[in-house]
Amino acid sequence: MGKYAYFAGCTMPVRNLNYDISMRKVAGALGIELVDIPEFGCCGYPLGSLDYHTMLLLSARNLCIAEEKGVEVVTGCTGCAGTLSKVNKALREHPEKRRKVNEELSKLGHEFRGRTRVRHFARMLYDDVGPDRIRAAVRRPLTGINIAAHYGCHYLKPTEAFENPESAERPYTLDRLIEATGATAMDYGAKLLCCGGDVLGIDEMTALKMAREKFRKLSDSGADAMTLICPFCAVMYDAGQKTIEVKLQEKFNLPVLYYPQLLGLALGIDDKSLGLQLNRTRVKDLVEKIKKL
Amino acid sequence: MPDTEKQPIVRLEDLEPGFRHEIAAEPGGEMIRFCFQCGTCTASCPVRAVEDRFNPRRIIRMALLGMRQEVLTSSFLWLCSSCYACQERCPQGVKITGIMGAIRNIAVRNRLVPAMFSGQVASLKTHGRVYEVGELENEKRAKLGLPQITEMPEEVRRIIDMTGAEQLANGGQAAPAAPPSAGEADRARGGA
Repeated sequence: MGKYAYFAGCTMPVRNLNYDISMRKVAGALGIELVDIPEFGCCGYPLGSLDYHTMLLLSARNLCIAEEKGVEVVTGCTGCAGTLSKVNKALREHPEKRRKVNEELSKLGHEFRGRTRVRHFARMLYDDVGPDRIRAAVRRPLTGINIAAHYGCHYLKPTEAFENPESAERPYTLDRLIEATGATAMDYGAKLLCCGGDVLGIDEMTALKMAREKFRKLSDSGADAMTLICPFCAVMYDAGQKTIEVKLQEKFNLPVLYYPQLLGLALGIDDKSLGLQLNRTRVKDLVEKIKKL
Repeated sequence: MPDTEKQPIVRLEDLEPGFRHEIAAEPGGEMIRFCFQCGTCTASCPVRAVEDRFNPRRIIRMALLGMRQEVLTSSFLWLCSSCYACQERCPQGVKITGIMGAIRNIAVRNRLVPAMFSGQVASLKTHGRVYEVGELENEKRAKLGLPQITEMPEEVRRIIDMTGAEQLANGGQAAPAAPPSAGEADRARGGA
């Protein structure tokens, strides 16, 4: 299987260790090599609203480092995947932008040449491993478990950021990956809703209300859990569920798992090694149910 | 319904018709003049669904009219969640999320910058990331069997020094004497 530069980003190494560990365990089980690159820093996304040019340089710097190492980039963060893809494409397509960026990056000894590729971990799983090979590796099919996929906005949009975008209105890759575990990927109306994470630092109540919308649409839907693939969506839906309970007085009790945790359970990986004890929503009953399958 | 008490009366003499060109000159703002006010953006907006203050069609209309001060000083400008739902659906190909970014960049250069950026930039300069990965974080990582992370902030710091992002984040002021702790940066980012 492939070898990829593992772009951890800012949030995951500190706040989502369960995502970090489960991605590595699943990769190991499927024979995927993830290489840590200490030089990687912030993807640039947080500063886009402050100053576009700073965002561009921070992002391009990471792309240069990947190029210099001769590896493709894989990341578990949809924000990082979206930003790095967007900048990679923009600098490839606009020589004038590239010239300006390279003029400044040359002071740091870097040159953007457009020779790397960036993908989200889930997209790499879908493209390079594929649902069929995942299904073949499953030791404990999650039959009868209903999973609501949450894609996360920047996994899909803006579509112009990606080399091979899937439909932003009718996405399917995460649903197919869920089905590969033997679980049922649910069709539900609020699949495309934004988690609100981007507004959290500006207006917490608005952000929490946005996250609550999805829970409301999912209650009584028969979902056993929500599965997501972004550290900041997890801040809103996993950790945020308790905050919503306290500040908006509404309780949902919906277990939230990262896709690699779900896949890991299906691959027969021990639940402790998947960091499931760190999930903030109660996943214990679901894990017990799966263990009895 | 919008609060009519707070709706500014549009006075022709107060408008700055050049605002649309100012936005169009920013990266991401290029397409603003193609908007024909259909409202697909507002109908698609998940922020709008929970918060009446935010209305992308209205923001674009105000910008096109030249209501520069009202837009730049508004509280709604920073409520866009950058989900791109509007941008994907716009029948005119207007890059609405890009326009929000462009207007925010203009606001920042006019010293209208939300407080959270100061801590973020300080953290980026010190750690190369928005959050510190120090001894405590690495201990937690080690317990799970995760590899240690060594911060290498040097190049990130140099980029921020090159672009003047720190001055922008501090509203044109020099950096505060001591950078905020990672905990403060974390709270600024929003610690749910």
